[in-house]
Amino acid sequence: MSHVSCKSGRLFIHNSLQLINKTNDIDNMNFINGLTILLIYQLIGEILSQYTGLPVPGPVVGMVLLFLTLLLHGSLTESMEHSSVAFLCHLSLLFVPAGVGIMIHFQRIANEWMPITIALILSTLITMTLSALIMTGMNRLVAKRVNNND
Amino acid sequence: MTSPNLATIWVYLSTSPLLGLTITLLAYSLAYRLYRYANSHPLLNPVVTAVAMIIVFLLLTNTSYKAYFAGAQFVHFLLGPATVALAIPLYKQLPKLKALWLPVCVTLLAGVTIGALSSISIAWFFGASTETQLSLAPKSVTAPVAMGISEKIGGLPSLTAVLVVLTGILGAVIGATLFNWLRIKEDSIKGIAMGLTAHGIGTARAFQISHEMGAFAGLAMALSAFTTSVVLPWLLELLGLIH
Repeated sequence: MSHVSCKSGRLFIHNSLQLINKTNDIDNMNFINGLTILLIYQLIGEILSQYTGLPVPGPVVGMVLLFLTLLLHGSLTESMEHSSVAFLCHLSLLFVPAGVGIMIHFQRIANEWMPITIALILSTLITMTLSALIMTGMNRLVAKRVNNND
Repeated sequence: MTSPNLATIWVYLSTSPLLGLTITLLAYSLAYRLYRYANSHPLLNPVVTAVAMIIVFLLLTNTSYKAYFAGAQFVHFLLGPATVALAIPLYKQLPKLKALWLPVCVTLLAGVTIGALSSISIAWFFGASTETQLSLAPKSVTAPVAMGISEKIGGLPSLTAVLVVLTGILGAVIGATLFNWLRIKEDSIKGIAMGLTAHGIGTARAFQISHEMGAFAGLAMALSAFTTSVVLPWLLELLGLIH
């Protein structure tokens, strides 16, 4: 399996072209097959989430199910890898429509700009710093315990 | 004859989904090119530039967000399958995940709680309305999930979407510098902190730094979406903020 990464858009396109050149017509279905599988898992996730009244949204349930399937199946098909790279390389694009939504909240943001700005900046800094430090501490703790057991 | 024709074409275009969809992709590809051109400078995050370009365009042409979203929703919809696709980098990092599951779980629970409580209390302290406070609470969770949570706890889903995007951009912009400053070198830790705080936008940024950091950010984003949707409503009820 070719190792596909997305350090840059150009590299990604290069890799995709290589993938396409290497394989025959049937494998050009890769992206469509991959997308179909993702949609099926999302669909099952949505149904489960609605049916069980779980607070967890459908796509997250779908992700958990796909992860479990991969665990049980034990391998990854090229079409899955291909479409996941296509999605995750340009994940930022998918946030643009929601981001433009800021224009309908101009008024509220103008009224409450100070608490919103301070809360966003401070809370983001605090959360990122503390989670990085907690994980560093936990890693050390676990490593220590493993050493002691040895 | 030309100008009335152009006007008719504009009337047609402004009501069809084609325009919103096209300008979203066009603005993003321009923004992305600018970002690459500036050697991936974090302040030129393609989401910021693309959003700014689109807003300017919509204001100049007097187009409403609703009309724009009629087209842009096709891109927005892809957040669903993209969330499902996160299972794949997660699976590829399985050996690492197995070794780190305990630190990851503890960090996740702590991080989710800290993120929600700090944003609510800071916003409250500086006088934000309750609706705004509640809309801020799920700000570190990926947009589609955060909007669902916000609705459930009594926030404004569309305001949450904006705050989520702002948090993501902020996290993506400050992340690398902050980790440098904290002297954290492990890609796994940086990824977890990034995904937990700055969800998909942070994950997108992490993938640009390294594949491992991206996978861990994706993992943290996926797990925190799950954890927050379970923990947050319960936590707020406990605090008496919602009933």
